[in-house]
Amino acid sequence: MALLNKFLSGGKSQPLAAAHGQGGGQAAHGGHDAHGHDHHDQEGMKVFGFWLFLITDVILFGTLFATFVVLRLNTAGGPTGAELIEINGIIISTFILLTSSFTSGVALLEMNRGNKKGLITWLVITALLGASFIYLEVTEFIHLVHEGATIGTSAYWSSFFTLVGTHGLHVSIGLVWMVALIIQLARRGITDVTKRKVNVISLYWHFLDVIWIFVFTIVYLMGVM
Amino acid sequence: MWDKIKEFSSEFFVTGDPLILGAQVSIALTLVAIIFTLSYFKKWRWLWTEWLTSVDHKKIGIMYIIASILMLFRGGVDALLMRVQLAAPELEFLNAEHYNAIFTTHGVIMILFMAMPLMFGLFNIVVPLQIGARDVAFPFLNSLSFWMFFFGAMLFNVSFVIGGSPDAGWLAYPPLSELSGSPGVGQDFYIWGIQISGIGSLATGINFVVTILKMRAPGMKLMKMPMFSWSVLSSCVTIMLAFPILTVTLFLLFLDRYLGAHFFTLDGGGNPMMYLNLIWMWGHPEVYIVILPAFGIFSEIVATFAKKKLFGYKSMVFALMSISFFSFFTWAHHFFTMGSGANVNAFFAVTTMIIAIPTGVKVFNWLFTMYRGKLSFPTPMLWTVAFIPCFIVGGMTGVMLSVAPADFQFHNSYFLIAHFHQVLIGGVVFGYFAGLYYWWPKMFGFKLHEGLGKWAFWFWNIGFYVCFMPQYALGFMGMTRRFNEYNFDMGWQPLNVVSTVGAFLMGIAFLFQVWQIAHSIKFLKMEKTGDSWNGRTLEWSIPSPAPHYNFARIPVVTSQDDFWEKKQRKLRGEKDAPEVIAAEQAPLEPIHMPKNSGIPFIMSLSWFVAGFGFVWDWKWMIFVGMGGVIACMLARSFTYDTDYYIPVDEVQRTEAAARGAH
Repeated sequence: MALLNKFLSGGKSQPLAAAHGQGGGQAAHGGHDAHGHDHHDQEGMKVFGFWLFLITDVILFGTLFATFVVLRLNTAGGPTGAELIEINGIIISTFILLTSSFTSGVALLEMNRGNKKGLITWLVITALLGASFIYLEVTEFIHLVHEGATIGTSAYWSSFFTLVGTHGLHVSIGLVWMVALIIQLARRGITDVTKRKVNVISLYWHFLDVIWIFVFTIVYLMGVM
Repeated sequence: MWDKIKEFSSEFFVTGDPLILGAQVSIALTLVAIIFTLSYFKKWRWLWTEWLTSVDHKKIGIMYIIASILMLFRGGVDALLMRVQLAAPELEFLNAEHYNAIFTTHGVIMILFMAMPLMFGLFNIVVPLQIGARDVAFPFLNSLSFWMFFFGAMLFNVSFVIGGSPDAGWLAYPPLSELSGSPGVGQDFYIWGIQISGIGSLATGINFVVTILKMRAPGMKLMKMPMFSWSVLSSCVTIMLAFPILTVTLFLLFLDRYLGAHFFTLDGGGNPMMYLNLIWMWGHPEVYIVILPAFGIFSEIVATFAKKKLFGYKSMVFALMSISFFSFFTWAHHFFTMGSGANVNAFFAVTTMIIAIPTGVKVFNWLFTMYRGKLSFPTPMLWTVAFIPCFIVGGMTGVMLSVAPADFQFHNSYFLIAHFHQVLIGGVVFGYFAGLYYWWPKMFGFKLHEGLGKWAFWFWNIGFYVCFMPQYALGFMGMTRRFNEYNFDMGWQPLNVVSTVGAFLMGIAFLFQVWQIAHSIKFLKMEKTGDSWNGRTLEWSIPSPAPHYNFARIPVVTSQDDFWEKKQRKLRGEKDAPEVIAAEQAPLEPIHMPKNSGIPFIMSLSWFVAGFGFVWDWKWMIFVGMGGVIACMLARSFTYDTDYYIPVDEVQRTEAAARGAH
């Protein structure tokens, strides 16, 4: 990976390239200097930027929810959600995801206490819970396909698979990201940068939880029960 | 074997059209010429280290502008081809299929690959300099945004010679854009080209909101911020809220085509009208996204060349922000004829009319800024002055269109075509040209030739009115958009001929601009001072072109139009505030800068590969492309060495070289 990085990082900005070398590790920490305006609070800005990204993601899911609501009755004579979806499995996966949100919160507490081992342990638990959620979702989808409901069955199922699947895709991306972050934490410990990264992924994870609550309510509770 | 290759290539390449064959040959020749030139002068390494991997906002801005001018050329050629076809009844210059493809690509390219990147180019060059920052908030992401736009645009453009252009209109309404209506790959190129560049635009939106909110120089309260930066903020907030809708809409259309989903199909319970709602929930804010920064540019230019503070600063800010807000509540006026019912139409008619109020406020603000100002009229100001009447006519016809019952007559006629070209050319293009002329010396250190610029200006203006005024009348005469031919007895020919002449006048104007740039580079007259126009805002307080780190010392701001006020104080012999002097006399410190990175380029290239794979449904290619994207994201996540410091003596040398020229 280091080699790849070296290859990818390209040249330094000419003609001031000679300046490189003073920065190194501590440069990445950013933070305020004595005058307060030389460079801005890099890590804080990244967290703020991530909040803005979450706003855009809210709109993205909002659009998918709107689509689902508009098309929820358009089953075109095919199977309906109420006929095929087994709500018990969904309730279990809901509890798993909610628990993972809690454990990611515990991981954050451990980080703030400076306990690297505790932080990694709780992140691993969070990731395992997330993985079981994905496993259950994939099983559910396979079950539905066997029962004859695919994305091409009707507008209802198109919007069902797209909305639930987009959430699942977000969780899966979060899992890969979390594994990468666990490796970085093991290597580098808790620094300003890794701290910000854990904060950001935990924001992301809670956000997906909130989205799931809406999925659970609108798609499953209102649509199925 | 040979037959297989032949069969494949006849499907892969667009064949059988002499116009496209000519384009294919010239594209191949240009590529060979570029590769030869770069190799002959041994410039490959330079290209990679200085440009392709650069995270410097100024260089990224220049790359955006170059790309957008190339796209303006292509979109313009499309326009001229259409105007030739319409110059006479029953002409057989372009067949119906070819004509459909051309009006589709003309629209997409002009809005998404010309206006958007030209706008982003100006954001990049101006905003950090104007707010006293050394770069944008996320320079790496900024470079990624550019390359996503670039490769998205390339993916879209390549459809012209490979596979066939999309031809379902610039917003690709279903069911025509579904697999049943457009079985070719053109529509897939459309989806992936726009999708990839759209993600880049979304990232730019976030990037500039953070930059403006968090990186302003000390003392620059929001209400002391230059108006262009305000307009960028309002535009970027709109981008953040609108672009996710585009992403979803295109994704759903992709699922319909690729996996046989039923979102917008006529069968299986799909609802094509939902696509219209969704695409315009993005599409209407999009037109404000591109016009708001133009308003900001005019505000800067009017104040500079009237040598007066902008009239009604606060009302201007309020107008910008309220336009951003209302832009989300007008989308249904694009399809009053859909039959949503009188109440829905009334709501959207009223919200549309409301937008005219803040826009009117702006026009009066510009006029009052000019009133009793010491006016001068170099090219940026000429464009500004020409914009005002043009935009008023465009705006008024917009209000006519917003009257829902009347719209049943105007809908999809040439009246509409004339209206939106008048606001988009008269507003957006004139605005960005004004900005380009205004900030050109800041980018490159020399002004563009004024005389040739004036020729270009007059050709553009006269050409514009000659081209589009007849189209209003043609609309009333019943001519509808997207027809490639009309009968002789319709009586539309005379006005169409006039319109075509106007289009060619604008084509000549573009040639004048190319000549102007070439001429100015040949007889390079470098500017001695960084303050080309006796400017008012911080970007003019540093040398041109700006040093790599922009500001050797971050200035302290005390008022609106800070640089102007400072110059006035100096003229009056007054002293600056103590904190301003302290900041100026503080010892230089090492400057913290982001390192260049090749990841954005490679990641966007991977997106291109993946998109190409999706278009042709080549699984291995999708796999390679998406694998590259994930690898790049991980590589970035594991990179910790992302910054460096420029030492003090380096800064001193650069400053001495730049300022010593005085």
